[in-house]
Formats: sequence, structure tokens, C-alpha cells
Amino acid sequence: MKLNDLISHSSEWLKGSGPNSDIVISSRIRLARNLEKIPFPHWANKNQNEQVLNTITGAAGKVDYLKGTTTFKLADLDRVDKQFLIERHLMSYEHGQRADNKAVIIDDEEILSIMVNEEDHIRMQVMQSGFNLFEAWNIINRIDDYLAKELNFAFLADWGYLTACPTNTGTGMRGSVMLHLPALVMTTQINRVLAAISKLSFTTRGLYGEGTQATGNFFQVSNQVSLGHSEDDIIENINGLIRQIIEQENQARETMLSRDRAVLEDRINRGFGILKSAHIITSQETIELLSMVRLGCDMGMIKGLDRRTINELFITTQPAHLQKLENKTLASLERDVKRAELIRNKLPK
Amino acid sequence: MLCDICGKNPATVHLTEIIDDQMNELHLCEQCAHQKSLQMEQQFGLSDLLGGLAEFEKPTTKEKETTVAVKCANCGLTYVDFKKIGRLGCSECYNTFKRYLGPLLKKVHGSIIHFGKSPFKVARVSDKKTDLQALRNQLQKAIETEEFEDAAEIRDKIKELEKKESQNDTEPKEKG
Repeated sequence: MKLNDLISHSSEWLKGSGPNSDIVISSRIRLARNLEKIPFPHWANKNQNEQVLNTITGAAGKVDYLKGTTTFKLADLDRVDKQFLIERHLMSYEHGQRADNKAVIIDDEEILSIMVNEEDHIRMQVMQSGFNLFEAWNIINRIDDYLAKELNFAFLADWGYLTACPTNTGTGMRGSVMLHLPALVMTTQINRVLAAISKLSFTTRGLYGEGTQATGNFFQVSNQVSLGHSEDDIIENINGLIRQIIEQENQARETMLSRDRAVLEDRINRGFGILKSAHIITSQETIELLSMVRLGCDMGMIKGLDRRTINELFITTQPAHLQKLENKTLASLERDVKRAELIRNKLPK
Repeated sequence: MLCDICGKNPATVHLTEIIDDQMNELHLCEQCAHQKSLQMEQQFGLSDLLGGLAEFEKPTTKEKETTVAVKCANCGLTYVDFKKIGRLGCSECYNTFKRYLGPLLKKVHGSIIHFGKSPFKVARVSDKKTDLQALRNQLQKAIETEEFEDAAEIRDKIKELEKKESQNDTEPKEKG
């Protein structure tokens, strides 16, 4: 697989199916793993980083289960390529910063991504569409077992997997669920919900993970604690919390329907109208309006548009995706024009 | 209420800043709050936060000196380095700095006992038996050193594990 092959292809997690896919966009499990004794990436010298890169990509090559994957060395990628992978949620922003001796291993369906030499030697993630953390865990658990046969993971019986940052020690696991909560935002209940989440030792982040803001009513909820509970228990705890948030979002949607139907219909159709007719549009405005359109589809106010198309637009309207589609560098205004054109073509007339 | 910075979007984040004893309340929209938090992060990053936690236990002067001197024989990272960058140097650092990291992990995770999968290829059942034995040893140690809070946690874990094991005995189930 070549990087450019991905552009015509849609990620598994965007397909808009799976449990509760009206409110839950995707579920993701990531595991942090390190090799015994070799310094963590930030503390290692060039040779050690290179050794880790070769050892891990070599080990992945030996695992049958990973046969269909492709390894991209970051040194071979340009700025737009890296941004493209970040936009597709296949690697973190941090991973793209210093490119030396780093790689990302991806499967064709874009379910799996293994970052080599990010904050830890290995950061692997499995993404699923909808509310489906256990399925993601089942897949990544198996991959982790296969890799553990080839590699010596740093582990202590009492403290679990050892990671560069002590906030990941233990299971090294972070489960994240991407939620679309427009009604909780519109009814101004979201702050109460977010406050409750942080009190329960969970964190919320924006669309692109750590350090990103919540835009277009998207929130990523993850566990903060990784030591002291089994993976199953951590996932069960997240699931319990997510079920409650889904319930609250559904209630808020009902409330808006019964009390502020006109306001709701106005915002949804106004957003739909702008997206269908704009000739210049920023990515920020796109995300905000697509959020309204998605809500309109969920509530049956917009017909003839499937969730997958909307989900894909969130990603394909991002700067690096537009530049890949056009196969050239685009200035900001050029992107805004191309973005509007892409949206007009994708949405029903 | 509108955002104090941009004056356009509704304020959803409420921030109290204290600079030189002057308290200042700010009401911000999501976007400006993010900008603000980036500014603040530069002044007060996660590494500081972890470093701060690491310093929480006030050591005696003598202890302080030894802390400074402790250096990981495998990778050369000192505890002072760790406090500065908030990251450990290698897996061996966990052994080197064990006595300082224990309280830190406890603060971050509320626990110091791993209770998840392990990379070793042993059958799940015997794995649990080993876990139980290890936990009982740890309990004994915690009682001897009068770390009763830890002891209570370990005791709860043992109970939980024993309960799970007896459930497994009655209804055998393959677990991945």
C-alpha cells in the first residue's frame, strides 16, 4: 500500500455503523509498550533509536497477523504526508514533530496503527466505528500477544508495563470514545457533564487528542488511570460513563425537539444550506456546520444523506487531505475554495 | 455571557487567575480558553505538574542529598532530570527510583498494584495463582512496614481475585 492509496479509501472507523453510531463516532484503544533496558525515545541516542526502530519493525514483519500492514518511515514523508496521517487519526501530532528513526505501521482498513518511537517505543491503537471498545480491545490484545512473543517488553509484576511517563504505567492502556454531543452543547448542559467526567478521573479532549480543543461539538472521553485495574475493568468503567452521557445527549435532543423545535430546525437547515451553497469555507466553519447536519440526519430532519458521507467529510475537508486530493500545495484561501467545492459535490442538491 | 477575549462567542469556561495576589476572573469561550490554556501550558507544563507531585513528600536534607545523587546505572538519568522533564529514561529507572516512584504512582493512579495482563506466556489460571501469591507476599510486607493504606488496597485486590477465581471454577470460561 502507498500512502496516496489511502486518499481514495475510507477508514473503517468512519463508516458510521456499530452500536450507538448516532452519538458515538468511534472507539479506540491504545497500548503503550517499551523494550527492556533500552532508553525511552526522548532519552535514547540516535543509534539506540535506530536499533529500536529496526527491532520493532522487524518483529512486526514476523507476525502473520500483521502481514497486510505497511510500514511508513517518517523520514521518508513530507510535511503534507505527515499532516495527512494525523488528520486520519493514524498518528499523533507529536509523532510528526521530529522525524528521525520513527515509523508508523498501518493496515489497509486503517483499523490498526503502531507508532514506533513516539513517547514510548511502541504506541499501538485499534479504532472501531461506533461504541465498541471491547471489540477494539480484543483485536489489540491479540496483536500485543503476538508482539510480546517477538519482543521483550519492559514489565514489573507489581507495576505492570513500564512507560516513559508514569501516567501510563500499569496497563499502558488508554480507551477513548469520540462523542458527538450537539444537544448537550446547545442546551448548555455540557459543562456540567464535562465537570462530572473529570471528577470521575476521566479526561475529555478535542477531535485530535491531547492538547486539542473541542470543536464542532466533538468530545473524546478517555480513562486517566492505568494502574490498579484490569483492562476489562477500565473498559467497563468507561462504558458505564459513556452509556450515561449517551442517555443525557438523547434526553437533551428530546427536550430540544419538544421545546425548541423551530430553533433546532433552523440551525440544522441553515447549516445544511450554507454547506450546500458556500464557495469559500474554512475548516473550522465546516466542522461546526457538519456537526449540525449530522444532528439533522440523526433526527430525521435531513433525508437522503448517510452518516458515512458526513463522517468522511469531516476528514477529507482537512487541509492535508485537500492538498492530497488536488495533488499540490494550496494556500489557505485556495483550500477554502476547494473545500467548499468538495462539500457541494458530496452533499445532495 | 459573552467571552471576555473575543466578545463574540458565549463564555463557557470560567477561569480564576491569581497573579501577584491579584485575583482576576475571566469568562471565555471554548476557542479563547484553548489559546489561554496553551499559554498557560508553556508556563506550567505537565512535566512541572509531575515534578511537583514528585516533590510532594518533603524529604529531610539528608534524603534530599541522596535523591539528587541517585542516578540510573542503565541510562544515566537522575531523579532531578526526571523532575525537570517529567519522563523517565528507561525501564530500569523504575527500579532505581522505586522508593520515590511508589508514592508518585499512588498519587497519579490511586494504586500501586498492577492488575492487568502480563507479557509472559503462562496459562491464565496459573497466572492468577502467581498473582495471588505475589499479592499475599506484598500484603505481608505492607503490614510489616506499617503501610496500612497500601495493605488495605492489597487486601481488597486479593479478595477480588479470589472471588473471580471461585467464579471461574464454577463456570469455566475461556478468556482472551
